[in-house]
Amino acid sequence: MANSTSSSAAETAFVRSDMVPSQAPPASEVGVIGWMRKNLFSSIPYTILTLFSLYLIWLVVPPLLEFGLFNAVWSGSDREACTTAAQGGIQSDGWVGACWPYIGSYLNQFIYGRYPIDQYWRVNAVFALFAVGLVPVLIPRVPYKGLNVLYLFGVFPVASFILLTGGNITLDGFLLPDAIMAPSFVKFIIDYLVLTAVVCLIGYAIARGTEAPVAPMIRNILIAMGVLLVILLLFATNFGLESVTTDQWGGLLVTLVIAVTGIVASLPIGIVLALGRRSQLPAVRLLSVVFIEFWRGVPLITVLFMSSVMLPLFLPEGVSFDKLLRALIGVALFAAAYMAEVVRGGIQALPKGQYEGAMAVGLSYWQMMQFIILPQALKLVIPGIVGSFIALFKDTTLVLIIGLFDFLGMIQSSYSDPTWASPVQSLTGYLFAALVYWAFCFAMSRYSLYMESRLDTSRR
Amino acid sequence: MTVADTPVGTGAPKVAIFNDPKVRGAAIQIVLIALIAFLIYGMVSNAATNLAKAGIASGFGFLNVTAGFGINISPFVEYSETSTYGRVFLVGLQNTLVISIAGIFFATIIGFIVGVARLSSNWVIAKLAYAYVEIMRNIPLLLWIFIWYFSVLRLLPSKSDPINLGPFGLLNIAGYYAPKAVFAGGAGWIGIALIVAIVASFVLSFWAKRRQLATGEQFPVFWTSVAMIVGLPLIAYFLTGMPVSFELPTASRFGPKGGARIYPEFLGLLLALSLYTANYIGEIVRAGIMAISHGQTEAAHALGIRSGPTLRLVVIPQAMRVIIPPLTNQYLNLTKNSSLAVAIAYPDLVSVFAGTTLNQTGQAVEVLLMTMLTYLAISLLTSLLMNWFNAKMALVER
Repeated sequence: MANSTSSSAAETAFVRSDMVPSQAPPASEVGVIGWMRKNLFSSIPYTILTLFSLYLIWLVVPPLLEFGLFNAVWSGSDREACTTAAQGGIQSDGWVGACWPYIGSYLNQFIYGRYPIDQYWRVNAVFALFAVGLVPVLIPRVPYKGLNVLYLFGVFPVASFILLTGGNITLDGFLLPDAIMAPSFVKFIIDYLVLTAVVCLIGYAIARGTEAPVAPMIRNILIAMGVLLVILLLFATNFGLESVTTDQWGGLLVTLVIAVTGIVASLPIGIVLALGRRSQLPAVRLLSVVFIEFWRGVPLITVLFMSSVMLPLFLPEGVSFDKLLRALIGVALFAAAYMAEVVRGGIQALPKGQYEGAMAVGLSYWQMMQFIILPQALKLVIPGIVGSFIALFKDTTLVLIIGLFDFLGMIQSSYSDPTWASPVQSLTGYLFAALVYWAFCFAMSRYSLYMESRLDTSRR
Repeated sequence: MTVADTPVGTGAPKVAIFNDPKVRGAAIQIVLIALIAFLIYGMVSNAATNLAKAGIASGFGFLNVTAGFGINISPFVEYSETSTYGRVFLVGLQNTLVISIAGIFFATIIGFIVGVARLSSNWVIAKLAYAYVEIMRNIPLLLWIFIWYFSVLRLLPSKSDPINLGPFGLLNIAGYYAPKAVFAGGAGWIGIALIVAIVASFVLSFWAKRRQLATGEQFPVFWTSVAMIVGLPLIAYFLTGMPVSFELPTASRFGPKGGARIYPEFLGLLLALSLYTANYIGEIVRAGIMAISHGQTEAAHALGIRSGPTLRLVVIPQAMRVIIPPLTNQYLNLTKNSSLAVAIAYPDLVSVFAGTTLNQTGQAVEVLLMTMLTYLAISLLTSLLMNWFNAKMALVER
C-alpha cells in the first residue's frame, strides 16, 4: 500500500512488498495465433473473406506451379517430349505441363529475331553498350552525369545504328536537282555546304535583327552542322560490317529498339510541346493543344495503321521508309504527346516565384527555361518518365499487329512451327512471355518508386 | 516571353523592332503557321499524286458500296454480306461501344473491390490484392488478351459437352450460351412500369432533398427507390399474366441450341480488358480513400455520426473528388484499348473498318481519318461528360 513503510511491511505479512510480475499475455493474443486472430479472423465476415481468399489462392497458385515447375518438361528435342501418348509423344495420358525445351531451342530467335546467327555479336555489343551507359545514369551517386547522358543520347545511338544496320549508307546529295549534277558523294558534300551556308545566313539575319552578337551564333551553327556532318560521314563509312536489313530484326531486339527510340525521341518533342502548351502565343498554344489532344485521343493501333498505311502516301515519290522506321515515327509521335503532359505536370508544379525570379535577374525565355525551369521540372517528373517508359514498353507489343516481329510477335510466330506443335506450346510461350515482360516492368516500376522516395523532400 | 532590356526612366524605351516582344511573338507565330501550312500542303499534294498513280478514287463514295464479307457478332445493328461499308462502320462502332461499356462496368466493380481490399486490415486480402495489381499491370494488355483468348478459353470443353451452369446457361469452347428472354404480348407494360419507377425515384429524391433542407426531416429515399424500381415491374409482370419467359439453351451433339450466344472473342476481350483496367482503377480508388485524412472520420464520429453515414456522407463524397478525374482517364484508356480486338478478330471498329474495309477498298486516308475521328469524338465526349460531373462534385471554394 502507499502508506506502508518498509518497517511495517515486514510486520504485516499480507501486504506485498514487490510488484506481481506481469503475466505473459494469453496465447490467443501474441505470436502466430494472436497475429492470425487480429489480421485474419477478427470477425465472422473477415473469417469468411480470409477463407475465400485462401480458396482463390489455392485455385490459382498450385495449378500454375504444377504446370510451370512440377509437371514441366525440361529436356527434349522435339514435340515428342511434350505430348501425351495419344498425341504421339511420350507423356502419360492427361499430362499437362510446360514445355521448356521449346523455349530453349527458340531462345535465340526470341532475342534476336531472324538476325544472321554469325552476326549476333553485334546485337550483344549494342546491348552491352546500352547497359554501360544506362547503369551509371540510374545510380544517383555516380558522378559525370553530363558526360554519361551525352554518351547515352549521342554516342550510343550512332554506334548502335552502325552496329545494327551495318552502316555504309550511300550519301548522294539531297538539295540540288539531278539535272545540274548527277548524284554522287561530291554532290552530297556540295549540297551540305550549300545548306550550311543558307542556315548560317538565316542565323546571321536573326542575330542582326535582334541585335545579338553575330559571332557566337555563327559559331554554334557551324559546330552543330559539323557534328551532323561527322555523324553522317560515320554512317556512310564502310566498317566492313555485313548489312542487315530491318526485316531481319526481331524479338527482344525490336522491342527494345522501339521502346528506347520512342522514349528518347519523345522526350525532346514532348518538352517542346509542353512549353508550347504553356506559351503566351495563342497560335503556338493552340497547335500544341491540338497536337497533344489528337494523339492522346486515338488508340495506338490506329496510329500504327496510319504510319504503316497512310504515311507512305504523304511522302513524295521515290522516298520510302522502312517498315520499322514508319512504326518508330508513329510510336515517337504518340509517346511525345503523353510525354508532353508528363513534362507539363512538372512545369506546372513549380512555384511562380521561380519564373519571377528568373525574369527578375534578366534571363531571356530560353535561358529561363534552360537554367531554371526545365532542370527542376524534369527532375520532378523522373518517376512520370519512367512510368511512360513502362507504358511504352508494354505498348510495343502492338507492332505485331502491323506485321513486325517484336518479342511477343516472335513467340506468336513460333507457334506455326510443327517441330514443337503441342497443346501446351501456346501456354508455355505465353507463360514465358509474361515472365519476361513482368520482370522488365516490375524492375522499372521498383526503380521509379525508389526515385520517387529519393526525390520526395516534402515529407521529411 | 522574352524580357526586353529596357532602360529605366525616360518615357517609352527605344527597342530594336525584333526585340519587341509583340513583334517577335507575331513573327514566330506567322513563321510557325506558314511552316505547318507548307507541311500540310506538301502532304496533301503528295497524297493526291500517289493516289492518282495507284488509281484509287478519293472521297467517301465507298461507304455506299456493298461490303461482301460477313461479320459474326452484331447484336443490335442489322448486318448481312450485302450491306454497305457504311453499315460496316456502324457495326464496328456498335461493337466497340458494347465492349467498352461492358468492360467499364466490370472494371469499375472489380477495381473498387481491389482498391478497398488493398486497404483492408486483413493480411491475406491486402496481400492478395497487392499481388493482383503487380501481376496485372506489369504484363502487356495484348499478352493478356492472347492468354485469355488463345490459352484459357481454349481449355473449355468441346461443343457437344458444355459446362452446365444451371439457370445461367451453358459454357463451352464456342462461347457462353446465356438464357434468352422471350417476350410475349403485354411485356411492354413491364418496361413502362420500370420507366415510371425510375422517374418516380428521381422526383422522390428531389422532393426529399427539398423537404430536408426546409424541415431537417429525412426520408429513406434509397430503399423506397429500390422498392419502386424492383416492385413496380414485378407487379406489372404478374398483372399482365407473366409475359416474359427465359429460354434456356439445351446441350446437343452439334452444340447448344437456343439461348443467346456470347462469342469467345467477346469473352476473352472482356476478361482481359476489365481485369487489366481494374488494377489501375483499384490503385486510383486506394489513392482516393487514402487522400482523405483520418481527421474527417474522427470529426464525423465526434459529431455523433455513425460509421455507415460517415463513410457515405463524409468520406466517399470527398474521395470521389480525387477519384473521378483519373477514373475518367482509365475509362478512356479502356475504350481505346478495346481496339486491340483486332488481334483476336473481335469485329470492333478497328478490326472491321480500319482492317478489313481498308484492305478491300484501299481508301486508307478516308478510313483511318474516320476511325481516328470517331475515337477522338468518343474521347472528347466522355471527357466533357466527366468534366461536367466533376464540376458538380468539385469543392466549392469561396
